[in-house]
Amino acid sequence: MLTSDSCLSLHKHGSSMASDSNSSESQRIAQQRLRIIAGHLQKHKDDDSGTIATECKAEANKGTVPRKRQEIMKWNGWGYSDSKFLFNKKGQAEFTGKRYRLSGMVLPSLQDWFENTFGASVNHKSPATPALNASAVPPASLNEAFVEDLKATGIPFSHEAEDRVFRAHGHCLHEIFALREGKKFERVPDMVVWPNCHNDVVKIVELACKHNVCLIPYGGGTSVTSALECPPEETRCIVSLDTSQMNRILWIDEKNLVAHVEAGIIGQDLERLLNESGYCTGHEPDSMEFSSLGGWVATRASGMKKNVYGNIEDLVIHIKVVTPRGVIEKSCQGPRMSTGPDIHHFILGSEGTLGVVTEVTMKIRPIPEYQKYGSVVFPNFEAGVACLREVAKQRCAPASIRLMDNEQFQFGHALKPQVSSIFTNFVEGLKKFYITKFKGFDPHQLVVATLLFEGDRERVLQHEKQVYDIAATFGGLAAGEDNGQRGYILTFVIAYLRDLGMDYYVVAESFETSVPWDRVLDLCRNVKERINRECKERGVQFQPLTSCRVTQTYDAGACVYFYFAFNYRGLADPVHTYERVEHAAREEILANGGSLSHHHGVGKLRKEWMKESISSLGVGMLQSVKDYVDPDNIFGNRNLL
Amino acid sequence: MSTVCASCFNILVFVTLQQRDPMLKRDGFEDILEERRNSSDLKYALRCYAPVLYKGVTPCKANMLKNIVLQSDQLHYVINQVSQESGEAPDIIQEEASVILEEMAHRLQISTVRFFAFALSKAFKTLFQHVCVNEEGIQRLQQAIQEHPVVLLPSHRSYMDFLLMSYILYTYDLALPVIAAGMDFMGMKFVGEMLRMSGAFFIRRSFGGDKLYWAVFSEYVKTMLRNGFAPIEFFLEGTRSRTCKSLTPKLGLLNIVIEPFFKGEVFDVNLVPVSISYERILEESLYARELLGVPKPKESTSGLLKARRILSEDYGSIHVYFGQPVSVRSLAQGKVNRSTYNLFPRHIPRKPMEETQSFVNDTAYRIVRLQEDNMVLKPWVLMASLLLQNLEGLELSVLTEQTVWLRGLALSYAAFLDWPDHAPTAKVVSSSLALHRGLACVSGGRVSLVVGEPLGPVTPEEALFNRAVSVLSCASYRNQVLHVFLRPAMLAVAMHTAASSKKNEVYNCFSFLWDMFSNDFILCPGDIVQDFEEACYLLVKTGAVQMPQQDIVMTDIGQPTLSFFNGLLEPFLQGYQVVCRYLCEEASEGLTEKQYIPAVRSFAVKLILAGNLRCYEVLSSDMQKNALAALLRMDAVRKVKVADQVTLIVNKMAVNSIDDILGGKLPTQKALLARL
Repeated sequence: MLTSDSCLSLHKHGSSMASDSNSSESQRIAQQRLRIIAGHLQKHKDDDSGTIATECKAEANKGTVPRKRQEIMKWNGWGYSDSKFLFNKKGQAEFTGKRYRLSGMVLPSLQDWFENTFGASVNHKSPATPALNASAVPPASLNEAFVEDLKATGIPFSHEAEDRVFRAHGHCLHEIFALREGKKFERVPDMVVWPNCHNDVVKIVELACKHNVCLIPYGGGTSVTSALECPPEETRCIVSLDTSQMNRILWIDEKNLVAHVEAGIIGQDLERLLNESGYCTGHEPDSMEFSSLGGWVATRASGMKKNVYGNIEDLVIHIKVVTPRGVIEKSCQGPRMSTGPDIHHFILGSEGTLGVVTEVTMKIRPIPEYQKYGSVVFPNFEAGVACLREVAKQRCAPASIRLMDNEQFQFGHALKPQVSSIFTNFVEGLKKFYITKFKGFDPHQLVVATLLFEGDRERVLQHEKQVYDIAATFGGLAAGEDNGQRGYILTFVIAYLRDLGMDYYVVAESFETSVPWDRVLDLCRNVKERINRECKERGVQFQPLTSCRVTQTYDAGACVYFYFAFNYRGLADPVHTYERVEHAAREEILANGGSLSHHHGVGKLRKEWMKESISSLGVGMLQSVKDYVDPDNIFGNRNLL
Repeated sequence: MSTVCASCFNILVFVTLQQRDPMLKRDGFEDILEERRNSSDLKYALRCYAPVLYKGVTPCKANMLKNIVLQSDQLHYVINQVSQESGEAPDIIQEEASVILEEMAHRLQISTVRFFAFALSKAFKTLFQHVCVNEEGIQRLQQAIQEHPVVLLPSHRSYMDFLLMSYILYTYDLALPVIAAGMDFMGMKFVGEMLRMSGAFFIRRSFGGDKLYWAVFSEYVKTMLRNGFAPIEFFLEGTRSRTCKSLTPKLGLLNIVIEPFFKGEVFDVNLVPVSISYERILEESLYARELLGVPKPKESTSGLLKARRILSEDYGSIHVYFGQPVSVRSLAQGKVNRSTYNLFPRHIPRKPMEETQSFVNDTAYRIVRLQEDNMVLKPWVLMASLLLQNLEGLELSVLTEQTVWLRGLALSYAAFLDWPDHAPTAKVVSSSLALHRGLACVSGGRVSLVVGEPLGPVTPEEALFNRAVSVLSCASYRNQVLHVFLRPAMLAVAMHTAASSKKNEVYNCFSFLWDMFSNDFILCPGDIVQDFEEACYLLVKTGAVQMPQQDIVMTDIGQPTLSFFNGLLEPFLQGYQVVCRYLCEEASEGLTEKQYIPAVRSFAVKLILAGNLRCYEVLSSDMQKNALAALLRMDAVRKVKVADQVTLIVNKMAVNSIDDILGGKLPTQKALLARL
């Protein structure tokens, strides 16, 4: 779930662009944006000093992410430090901070939903350790010669415990759980370096080769595949190569509609900077608030609006990668080539095992004139899937179309903020009455599809009609823009919600797959059932929450996303239990014709299934590339193979 | 597998017994006739019947079901395929499919079910003393039906079986099953339709190459299963066992009901073995005649009505044991890789992969063994086993004493014996004799088999025939206990025939017998070592055998047990030898498969009349078929198709050496080499 997320910028831009959204809303958003920018500027004032300026540093660094990530982000949870869910003294849930649409709001129904769904109670807290215990961090074992040479280059680095620990993990449940519990770390990076540009990376990689140091590239840190975990058996000095300072758009080519961007840039900055010139990439993975361009390339990321813009492999025109053998580049920017197997495809999905992606040329598009959310309610999941299939068949999918199952629909409702006017309340009640009583939908069966249309206004309206007409043939009822938008909010707050769950004995995680259309329903049913069964067999005392949604449609299949959470009171080792259940769920996915991953990647979490997935010959092919490009395993994160 | 070390054996034994142990904890029974004798049958037949279905599915009307099948992708694919191959328009093929479905489909109607509930209550009360059901099994079934699609797999000994099953499920307010029945019932116009309306669907006995038929049939069954509209019931044995031994399972339907699990269309399928044990089988003497070559009467309504005289007899009690539901998912864990189904569209029919085939085969055998395990045995079964070893008759007191001894042995081998509590042994023996007075009689303190007295003068052949009917009828009771004693008995025979007491040599003999008899008995494929170890364990446990180091030897007190076991299998050894001898000595060059059974029969009759053979069981066509199947499997005989006839080509050397081993004249090792 965590590589997902941030509809933050989406919502901001989205609504300000929508010509018919009310003006106070766009004002509010504009102000909010200003606040954020002001915040960033403030932070960069007191930038680390004492490092020698390099040629790369000529331009002021305007990125959101400072070198000391822990200054604005949680060290043991998701996202910004100032934004979190909590149950206030009255037991009501609220979301703190000022960054998001839900920020500062009270969510009156969340507590009931939370307690009823998980059998949890706001009185049973499982608080996290408040601060990092430096003694739990193994001391840095530095390669002195490397450090000496690195100093000479003037590239900033650190071996402080906080910096190292922050880059020792992604956002897998076991990683966050261990941080919260204050567990002792087995292996963390021994130092962190912050290159400022491609040439810095070239120098670092050269030095790493020279001194036999292990490099682990680090982009946004949103991995959910244990990809950032340091191999415990690694005895060399491990250097985390944090690309966050390589965050500039180097040029924009409006004739060809491409932009050349440093790969450390994170999604929200990329969109914001391009927007300033009237463009966007349209690549919006749910994690775009924090995940980086290089990370997208390295994991074959997928964006919410891929139906219009394509997935990362469709967006990339050129990639520059620094490997131990040198730099991989192509000679031109031809839009398609027949020059043997595309070498980009060795890089896409290589998960940091071959080198560091430093610069990417990618497609850009003018910001769409008009954006509109929408939603459709279906009597049941089967009808919803049939509708999505038909939409895919007719190739008229909106920028985004997602189908949430009933559990998620109810979850979404639990996140409704307090309604101020009696009138809204009344209208909501009326809608509910219409759907459940008049149309006879069973509230425990109905599901909702959320839609996002983009383009010029007329086309959007036309497109909208086409999709709603198809939906109607499957018993779907249009359920308004608001429900649609709420669906997308859920996507980004769910990561924050996991931290709330963990405060109250609830562990949660998500995983995804892609599957042919005819198997979608069978896969969803069997995986949910498998999870329920495994939980029972493994002594989970409470009914788990298992929920899924179809998040992407393709000609030949769909991407399915599962959420899975349970109350772990009474379990000795909840993380182990969780991992066994997830393992079983993945086996079930594979047995039901699902893929190992649609966009999260393999990392170390799913390595064991690689042979089964791509055949041992396939693994051998990848291995031989690895052996050629990186014979000394400098990029030693041991992902994938 | 000739050298297996003692320690692996021990591990295996441990595992086996652990696996089998839970089954040995059996439930108690309730007599469902008791309530019927005390309250109105009419009320019972008309009471509210509202069973719970799988995940609360609403029942599906027969017509809707047909529509789902006819519109399925699976069927459409085959219709188009057949249309392309035959040049007929798809519409016509579709019409054909619809006709097939019409002929096949059930039309379950609650009114018919109520009629049967009423009529069967009356009939059961006259025919049987008790109809006993394990209610815990019913509760487990009820649970299973709600969670997963359920397949009911009863043993098949009598026409009564499926009426009885539906009757019991109705009694307990459980979902009525749809039952795969042979087309032969359709011959009985009225009864056929009645059965259809009580949930039977009809399948042709053979439809080998008919793609369309297969597609309609399998899609029909799968649709019911996937949607959980009703539990599916069929007989793994394929047909009624005329010998009361379980038959080796047929795999067609089992393949069909398991496939939806492999394809991910259902989360799991639960297989429920059901053991139906009759104290006396309605068809008892009919079966014996049939086995002796009197063709079975064609099922006809009038024939069934004639069967009314059956109603005046006492058939004792019936025990129906609903076994533990077996999860296909758990069974397949680690054996079948479901993802091998990922690369092929699921609606296109495909031959199951080898891995799957052997899994289904294995599962089928295990289910039949579970059926065997929960068959209830009556004291008469033990008495019949003893009588058959003493065809000239034996003193009542001796029979009583030996029956008590055998009871002890059976119980220590975990037989599911229904021995009346607190009744004196003499009483148990005499009431058994009374119930089976048609088979055995006491005169002058001696018990012997009853031989039907024909009217008028008799030819020697007729006399022989009459005696054979008694022997085979009696054997059908002995056969019920065979599964309890089979493995130790084979070991006893192996010890007897092996050249030395070396474990390896005994094992070689055992494994030869195991292979030889695997058509006659339920021996799970690949379980040979496990079975050997189980046999050793059981014989050691009862003190008949010791195993010092690498030897297997009889103990001082082992004689009675071992000789009983040798006697138990003697008819089979002899029977197979007669078949071998026939093939070596008498069989002509162009012996056809059709001629085989009558020819062996007359060969055996000649031997018996000449006083050279005392074994009547070889006259059973069942044994003759099984012996031939074994020889075919061992490549001692080959089938060759010439024109329309199937001819048997005999490798006389191989058959001869098999004969010699069976007779204990040739050590196994040599014989095995000779076969090569």
